[in-house]
Amino acid sequence: MDRLTTEDSAERPLHPDPLECPSLAIGAMANSKPFPASAAHQTALGFPGELVENWQEKAIAKLGDLVRNNRALRFYLDGCVRCGACTDKCHYFLGTGDPNNMPVARQNLMRKVYRRHFTLSGRIAPSLVGAEDLTREVLDEWYTYFHQCSQCRRCSVYCPFGIDTAEISMAAREIMDHIGMGQKYCNEIIGKVFKVGNNLGLPPKALKATLASLEEEIEEDTGVPVRLPLDEEGADILLVTPSADFFASPHMEGLIGYAKVLHESGVSWTFSSHASEAANFGMFIGSHETMQKVAQRIADAARDLKVKRIVFGECGHAWRVAYNFLDTLAGPFDFLDRRYPVPQHICEFTHDLIRQGKLTLDKSKNDHIRLTFHDSCNVARASRMGDVPGGQFEIPRAILRASCNHYYDMDPDTIREATLCCGGGGGLLTDELMDLRIKGASPRMKALREVADEHGVTHMAAICAICKAQFSKVLPKFGFDMEAIVSVHQMVSNAIVLTGSKQDEEANEADEQAEPVPAVAVPAETAEPAQAANAQEEA
Amino acid sequence: MQTTIYAVLFYSAAAIFAGGLALRLWQYARTPVPLKVPTTPAPVTRAGAAFRVLREVTVFESLFKSSKWIWLFGWVFHVSLALVLLRHLRYFMEPVWPPVALLQPFGVYAGFAMVAALFALWVRRVAIARMRYISDAFDHLILLLLLALGATGLGMKFVEHTDIVLVKGFFLGLMSFEPSPLPSDPLLLAHLALAAVLMIVFPFSKLLHAPGVFFSPSRNQTDDPRERRYAPVAPDRTAVSKA
Repeated sequence: MDRLTTEDSAERPLHPDPLECPSLAIGAMANSKPFPASAAHQTALGFPGELVENWQEKAIAKLGDLVRNNRALRFYLDGCVRCGACTDKCHYFLGTGDPNNMPVARQNLMRKVYRRHFTLSGRIAPSLVGAEDLTREVLDEWYTYFHQCSQCRRCSVYCPFGIDTAEISMAAREIMDHIGMGQKYCNEIIGKVFKVGNNLGLPPKALKATLASLEEEIEEDTGVPVRLPLDEEGADILLVTPSADFFASPHMEGLIGYAKVLHESGVSWTFSSHASEAANFGMFIGSHETMQKVAQRIADAARDLKVKRIVFGECGHAWRVAYNFLDTLAGPFDFLDRRYPVPQHICEFTHDLIRQGKLTLDKSKNDHIRLTFHDSCNVARASRMGDVPGGQFEIPRAILRASCNHYYDMDPDTIREATLCCGGGGGLLTDELMDLRIKGASPRMKALREVADEHGVTHMAAICAICKAQFSKVLPKFGFDMEAIVSVHQMVSNAIVLTGSKQDEEANEADEQAEPVPAVAVPAETAEPAQAANAQEEA
Repeated sequence: MQTTIYAVLFYSAAAIFAGGLALRLWQYARTPVPLKVPTTPAPVTRAGAAFRVLREVTVFESLFKSSKWIWLFGWVFHVSLALVLLRHLRYFMEPVWPPVALLQPFGVYAGFAMVAALFALWVRRVAIARMRYISDAFDHLILLLLLALGATGLGMKFVEHTDIVLVKGFFLGLMSFEPSPLPSDPLLLAHLALAAVLMIVFPFSKLLHAPGVFFSPSRNQTDDPRERRYAPVAPDRTAVSKA
């Protein structure tokens, strides 16, 4: 390849536009589909083990049922005018060029069947309005392309009617589950949650051992006996975190960060072995019942452990379910302390402590890192943090800026509400979809390349277990180090100076020779009630 | 004969339009919204959410974020259409309300803007591969129908005048159930037939987006699930504990 001369690069943009629209490649992703769920995985969730005989009839009946019970789905199927506003907004379309990955085209796969069976025009003049019967071919298209949607809602931001493809792909997966055509990855994982308590199938004994070894590691590192308690009745806070935090990297580094922050706050807290998982894949498969069952574990654990508050760890879709759905699905939570938001995000918790000057953060500990932040889709477009809209963008950034000296945002068209999906969300984080995941990640990777070249950015922080797992797999495909992805609380963990730790003593010794450090950790007791500043007004 | 046909046509069209629309909106209104699903960041108050919907309806906020071209053509078309429709009110009232009379010149020029925007929208639909891929026959036909409506209307205004006093008499007659004769100019008959078709298909097609947008949960919901428990259906648990 020819190297660009400096003169050339002044004229030609050095970086491709992350949002550059590809030309259509019809059928490019027609062979990308996830493994089907086995009969055992299906029946464990109450779905038929294999494609039922009268699947067409049952699918139509289920579609009717969903449309009658969900205004969003009904209007989204009716309201689209094919204006084209969404056509260049999906990361999977940008990465593959397959026209069925344009949000409107993906929706049309279901819309054509809806029209045929539930609208006057579709019954009278199907060819005029693009209505079609649900043939085996159409069903296969559903399985293929409704598993190429990560339910990230980016398209819904740009739709003049707010049509959200996520709702439609959830409904499609729900219908397919009900006729015996489920997806292995999601259904197997939900089965594990019901059986063992978490996505990874990590039994309580192993969980206990993991937490103990983490305690050792932290103490070795800092000299402070930071605890990671499990099933401790009467603790103030139940921390619910994605199970990937217990063993994957960089998730675990984030978990260490939560533990250090909670320790420093002085509030008592615990994990639950019954609800040792924040994720709720019931949302991915569009099953209200499954989502409710999974959510109920958290309410039960909170009751059983007699906690006062529930705090969630870094997980995107889990935060959507927790923030928006938990109270509806498993509430009311009137047994909790209502001075605090129910539930609360660990970032809100940490941010409050930082704002109150109750954490000592030594930014220079992160000087080897030049950082950017990937807004996770479900946090960005399906939740909030703090009291004002957009807090979900500001709070993680405020934490990162307080933890490091070198922070740079990516292209404004690819962050905040316009953020791009990591490419692995929505139940697609499975190896057989790797090709799709890499292509879907490419717009984000281009945006990262820009800041890497322009600002020397070395690392990208994220706030979602799926984003972290996905990026550690795909970053190397784009010439980045797999460890370039970090947890938000990993940055906090690096920078935090625990009271009485080795680092604290070193700093104090240094202070005696130099000027005093302004931020001083306050006694743990006072950290607690001030938290109520963030408590929401009760309705 | 022709007067009778058009009288029947417009009575039926009006009935189908009103009845169909009421039916569809009733359907939306009674369909439950099981969960909170606003696209965030979203307003945290009801007034804020209402203002968000108002912005979508008046300035097409989301469309503006998406693409300036679609926004421009779409917005010009809709505003022009609104002006044109308001101007047409004069054919249904005697005396004409002063505000409608005031609109007269704007309404006429809006007719040109409307036709130009419709044409641009159609060119987009045909010229861009992505748009061709997502369009079905009806998407093209409805644009052509609106174009034809605009063209016949402008034709009557600027090329081949019709006896507008008689036309107004016909509609005022329809409204008092005493139809008076309708002129038989081809442009007029075409214009009126197209208008009736538009009314008939409105409740059963994508044109439903106009009233439907008010029902879109991603836009009209408030972002307050932690402040106010969202419980669209009372859980069984409550019923048991009360008993």
